[in-house]
Amino acid sequence: MDHLLEVKDLEVKFALRMGDLTAINGVSFTLDRHERLGLVGESGAGKSVTGFAIINLISKPGYISGGSVIFEGKDLTRLTDEEMRHIRGNLIGMIFQDPMMTLNPVLTIGTQMVETLQAHMNISRKDAEQIALKKLRMVQIPSPEKRLQQYPHEFSGGMRQRIVVAIALLADPALIIADEPTTALDVTIQAEIMELLLELCESEGTGLILITHDLAVVSQVTQKIAVMYAGKIVEAGQTEDIIDNPLHPYTQGLIKALPDGRNPGTRLNQIPGVMPSLIDIPPGCSFHPRCSIRGDICRHESPALREIPGYRNMAACHMLGLKKGQPEKDRTK
Amino acid sequence: MKQWKRFKDSYFLHSFKHDRVAIISFVVLLTLILLSILAPVIAPHNPYETASIDIMNAEMPPSWMEEGNPDFILGTDIQGRGLLSTMLYGLRLSVMIGCGAVFLQAVIGIFIGMISGYAGGKVDSFLMRIADVQLSFSTLMVAIMISAIFQVAFGVSRYEQLAVPLLVLIIGLAEWPQYARTVRASVLGEKNKEYVEAARVIGLSSTRIRWRHILPNTMSPVLVISTIQVANAVMSEAALSFLGLGMPITKPSLGSLINSGFEYIFSGSWWITLFPGILLVVFVLVINLLGDWLRDVLNPKLYKR
Repeated sequence: MDHLLEVKDLEVKFALRMGDLTAINGVSFTLDRHERLGLVGESGAGKSVTGFAIINLISKPGYISGGSVIFEGKDLTRLTDEEMRHIRGNLIGMIFQDPMMTLNPVLTIGTQMVETLQAHMNISRKDAEQIALKKLRMVQIPSPEKRLQQYPHEFSGGMRQRIVVAIALLADPALIIADEPTTALDVTIQAEIMELLLELCESEGTGLILITHDLAVVSQVTQKIAVMYAGKIVEAGQTEDIIDNPLHPYTQGLIKALPDGRNPGTRLNQIPGVMPSLIDIPPGCSFHPRCSIRGDICRHESPALREIPGYRNMAACHMLGLKKGQPEKDRTK
Repeated sequence: MKQWKRFKDSYFLHSFKHDRVAIISFVVLLTLILLSILAPVIAPHNPYETASIDIMNAEMPPSWMEEGNPDFILGTDIQGRGLLSTMLYGLRLSVMIGCGAVFLQAVIGIFIGMISGYAGGKVDSFLMRIADVQLSFSTLMVAIMISAIFQVAFGVSRYEQLAVPLLVLIIGLAEWPQYARTVRASVLGEKNKEYVEAARVIGLSSTRIRWRHILPNTMSPVLVISTIQVANAVMSEAALSFLGLGMPITKPSLGSLINSGFEYIFSGSWWITLFPGILLVVFVLVINLLGDWLRDVLNPKLYKR
């Protein structure tokens, strides 16, 4: 009951001329305080839309068509713009993919940080600057006093992402949504930023939703994973269970597709086919055209996320947990 | 003091010091503006004081020519006013009207452009159609209508007193769509950038995002057209004066001075048109050069070369 964040049957649609397009179709998950969740999936699976839906910032023509987002007891989908603004940046911080783009190029770092604080607190410029300095030190920006006066273009990519992290942390939020925070950075910087984020979340007790397609990053940082496919969660569970023992054929495919270094020179495994476009999601289980264990039922009935007997993960697949001997008549090639 | 030090160390000053064109333009512009402001002190004669004007001095050539009079260095105009003094006073009026009109244009245009670009949809179409309608009336037509109404309502003598604010109003109202369109175009480009999204995520209000985050990012094109607009406004004012709708001949601006001399250019009095003309060209050119330099400097995206 006392979850920090509880997303329930969230549904996001995009109103297009040809009709409504369902981008998120009944996504549910929970996040406790101090907990870190990884939202994993291919491009277009609806990870980022889920992130934006949580802070109720779906840009037109998208809208939240159903479900609820309960954050600290309040349903965010029902708040007014004014109330929602108080939550964004204050109780929930967000970090984007590209630090080159998320800072305003014509305002100094200091201005942008002070402004964020002043938007949420009745605070003088001097005090706000002190807080900004503290946060910059937390993200290990050298000589922050001087840096406060500088413009975004005077920083390197990694520095900028640190600043973005600092801005997200400014108001000591209870939750941070990080949308592919390291995709635009090179690998060494990636590791640095992830480590920093992990450290800060641990020391401040901040909840984290990490949206990424990088399973390696997720496995190091998060405690829970939800795997998304075509707007739905197809598998959810503890990180080590999912990585070591994936149940859903899609998750299995994802993990098999990682280069493991055991057979250098051979082709990597891949999941045949591509993710369906949202315009024509196949009937039944949306993964069935690519699935290696599909049965008849998969063609016309959409599987729900359920507990699989004998395993700790939840998965949305008809074919899992069937008793031996039973499946033969269901399975077709 | 801290501000001064920051300014001294800034890229702005650095680039200024290394750009000879900018320095020269700035010095010339500053001189011209100072001259115009200080015209009552510097000018050898007061062209507004009818008592001191002698019609016998009319159309005197510059002092270095045969019939020249050392009292009038650049000669006199058709009414016997010293051309140098009249030009200084005229420049003053042109600067005032030009800047005033551009300020008014900018205020109206930026406001409407920002609303239009940010809101989009129906609001955008509506405001932009108004701008189109406004642009399809030429400045002259608007000016003729307004000043005709004004002259009927207040009488011709009042009109002469209120000519300056009236011209500012006319030129300002006629040309705001230039700003509105420029700002709207930039806003359309800027509003979908990620920093705007980020500002929303931070929880800033849309008013604040508009004026504090998007507006500064649209300023470089505004700056560039501002320079063109000052020049245009001075030109419009000259055209209006020529038609008898601008500054009265008793208080000539640079434009009306050029036009008044134009009638006499073929009878040999070339100086009445030439000197104000040169002054006008130099003034406009210097503003444009400075505007170009400013555009290069104030745009942080151009820093990395």
